[in-house]
Amino acid sequence: MTAMISQLFLQHYWWIIVSILASSLVFLMFVQGGQSLIYSLPENDIQKTMIINALGRKWEFTFTTLVIFGGAFFASFPLFYATSFGGAYWVWIAILFSFTIQAIAYEFRSKPDNVLGIKTFDLFLFLNGSIGPFLIGVAVGTFFTGAMFTLNMMNQVHWATQWYGLEALLNIRNLALGFAVLFLARVNGLLYLINTLDNEVLFKRSVKGLIANSILFLFFFIFFVISLLFSKGFAADPITGTITIEKFKYLHNFIQMPVVLILFLAGVVSVLCGIGITIFRKRVSGIWFSGAGTILAVFSLFLVAGFNGTSFYPSLFDLQSSLTIRNASSSLFTLKTMMYVSFIIPIVVVYIWYAWKAINNNRITEEEMKSDEHKY
Amino acid sequence: MIENIDLSLVDWSRAQFALTAVYHWLFVPLTLGLSFILAIMETIYVKTGNEEWRQITRFWMTLFGINFAIGIATGIILEFEFGTNWSNYSWFVGDIFGTPLAVEGILAFFLESTFVAVMFFGWNKVSKKFHLVSTWLVAVGATLSALWILVANAWMQHPVGMIFNPETARNEMVNFWAVLFNQVAVDKFLHTVSSGFLLASMFVLGISAWYLISKREELLAKRSILIAGVFGLLSSLLVAFTGDQSARTVSKIQPVKFASMEAMYEGKTNAGLIAFGILKDTEKKIGDKTIKEFAFKIQIPGLLSVLTGGDKDSYVQGLKDHISGNEKLGITSTPEKMQRGKFAMDVLTSYKRARLINDTAQISAIKGVFKEQDFRDKYFRYFGYASVDKPEDVIPNVAVSFYSFHLMVVLGFLFIMIFSVALYLLFKGTLSDNKWFLWIALLSIPLPYIASELGWLLTEIGRQPWIIQDMMTVSQAVSQISTGSVITTFILFAVLFTGLLISEVSILLKQIKTGPKH
Repeated sequence: MTAMISQLFLQHYWWIIVSILASSLVFLMFVQGGQSLIYSLPENDIQKTMIINALGRKWEFTFTTLVIFGGAFFASFPLFYATSFGGAYWVWIAILFSFTIQAIAYEFRSKPDNVLGIKTFDLFLFLNGSIGPFLIGVAVGTFFTGAMFTLNMMNQVHWATQWYGLEALLNIRNLALGFAVLFLARVNGLLYLINTLDNEVLFKRSVKGLIANSILFLFFFIFFVISLLFSKGFAADPITGTITIEKFKYLHNFIQMPVVLILFLAGVVSVLCGIGITIFRKRVSGIWFSGAGTILAVFSLFLVAGFNGTSFYPSLFDLQSSLTIRNASSSLFTLKTMMYVSFIIPIVVVYIWYAWKAINNNRITEEEMKSDEHKY
Repeated sequence: MIENIDLSLVDWSRAQFALTAVYHWLFVPLTLGLSFILAIMETIYVKTGNEEWRQITRFWMTLFGINFAIGIATGIILEFEFGTNWSNYSWFVGDIFGTPLAVEGILAFFLESTFVAVMFFGWNKVSKKFHLVSTWLVAVGATLSALWILVANAWMQHPVGMIFNPETARNEMVNFWAVLFNQVAVDKFLHTVSSGFLLASMFVLGISAWYLISKREELLAKRSILIAGVFGLLSSLLVAFTGDQSARTVSKIQPVKFASMEAMYEGKTNAGLIAFGILKDTEKKIGDKTIKEFAFKIQIPGLLSVLTGGDKDSYVQGLKDHISGNEKLGITSTPEKMQRGKFAMDVLTSYKRARLINDTAQISAIKGVFKEQDFRDKYFRYFGYASVDKPEDVIPNVAVSFYSFHLMVVLGFLFIMIFSVALYLLFKGTLSDNKWFLWIALLSIPLPYIASELGWLLTEIGRQPWIIQDMMTVSQAVSQISTGSVITTFILFAVLFTGLLISEVSILLKQIKTGPKH
């Protein structure tokens, strides 16, 4: 059976895996969204401690998913890994820097003699929470708007600007996606805190914050989606691999892949449901609707970026250097090997779910934060 | 392949990667070893139900958590630096190198990160057994992650299981098991992981010794010394054994590195093993590189020949054998390898040109050349030599290789002694009375860190100028970004990592001074 599996099938299979990882990452960035609220949401220190501890029990999942997202891209589409990381240097370094300061902030912040002081570590959390999702959104924006690179005949990347990726910040569509991801992370962060914390004051303040952040999210998200549907796209010829500019390419992708369109719409509706039942019905389960919706919507956007003969990393500088899932992928053997590895993923999901439930069985209270248990 | 390589860019990129790797490796070995020590301690707690074992486990777990976080922080940078700073490398070998990294993530990182949360927060939330299983899974996850990244590194020392594809201009994996069970990978995994166990054991032993010196937490200290002593002694013996095995493998697979770590310029039979030596510069040169000689040495005659070849008549290759070649031994000279590498490069360039003008006859002919075993064995295996300027450039820094190797070996034997004495005094019941030893144990905490870093120094500097042995030089692998950008990020990371290290050490010291919660 395995002999019949073609490279094209595996390229699609691996793009789906990468898309699942990307969409899970965006959902799990509720941790970052929550971190960006640590100055505005709590009224006092104990509430801040509750928020940070609720997020701190999940930060490793987001962090690990980011690392695996990078690893999976490296293994399945190494030309993207080499091109984007080696060229859009500053964007990726800024993202990495923000995650590095997060990794230690939780464990170190409340420990005595931590030298830098709790304020510095809380600032690290805030910076990661704000910059991380925004820049990841901007970086993903270039999947649709393009980047400034060229590849030589040995497939080595040369970046065409001296800004090494920072020029992406000058594109309004990239900025819109960056802000959409940031405010979505804040929405999900608030919904997670509503679900996890047992505190009336924080509940009320979170619902209030949810209204403002949802409006901002919708503004940037709708702007991005409309501009995407009406923008030109980068089409790859299925036989020759030649890249051409196609008007309304992403709109065509949605129409030509109706399942993806349904997934996308279902995702958006689910996010809105999560927000709606929290604001109007004061339910605490909004995160599950919004989380599932985030995963569906981001997943379908990634499919729109890479499927249906589309360049998922177009070059604005040299059109024919643009990357597609066909020209950027690993060899058939490696993709097949990695496919076997990917069969472990369902087991991983099951044990993550099990451990998640075990730790989040009871909601966090002020009393728990005053106890001697391990806390941040 | 790359025109006008900016050497300062290469040097700064190397410096940044080295900085990240050195810092990362300050934290990872302790995570590797301490996770198992915690698992053993908690197992005793669950088996005996003794609350004091619970307290002991939780105390070391607090220290583990502080160290774990900073290891993760530096690790993420390291993974992505393959792309940000070594993009040509990432493409040239990404088809092989990416797989272990991805497997590491899927198999190990999730295991570690999921169950570490249960380990820290689950004491009163999950059952004793579930908690114990979580602690063991963290240890297994940490070891698994070490396995895959070491498989990736071993491949750089000894590239196997791949074939070059001229169409994509990269190496492609054809045998996953050859990559996984690469002899270098097996040696490296066992040696590195056991060195982590050793380091953590010394950490526990040293801190426990301080409690005994201060006459406090004596129960915790003695129980911890028992675990650390046994675990440390077994680990240090395993380190010595696997270190010896590693050196033998290096002598066969990377003979130039081996000759450098023994500072052996002239090959010979009946070669002695240098137990201690001091190098000095001489007037003699190979090309523009100064030859070093021993100003002083203590050596065991014939032992190096015995260790590497089985008897004292075995010939141990010297650096000159590899530069000038040795017909009798079938060693090709470096100038010859450079010519063959250039030929392989010309064939590849011709292929690419034929592709550009769509010369189908030429394309098919050159594809055929790449499939010939003779071309692969005699020419393409020296592909990296095409970008070597002078034959002597393939000699790594002899002084660094020699001193790092020999100091590491000396320290290795010292560790066996320390753990043996600790256990002897503990069982004799006189450990607390022998303050001199307690001080030695305390002051020895940094030594495994030094030995461990020296090991990596030898591994990486001994492989220079290659990023992948014989196939790609470090200069060819670098990302073409501005030197200024790399200098800026180097400074940023240097400041950040140093700040975090100071903070971590300060927190650890405070936690140790405070001691366990009773």
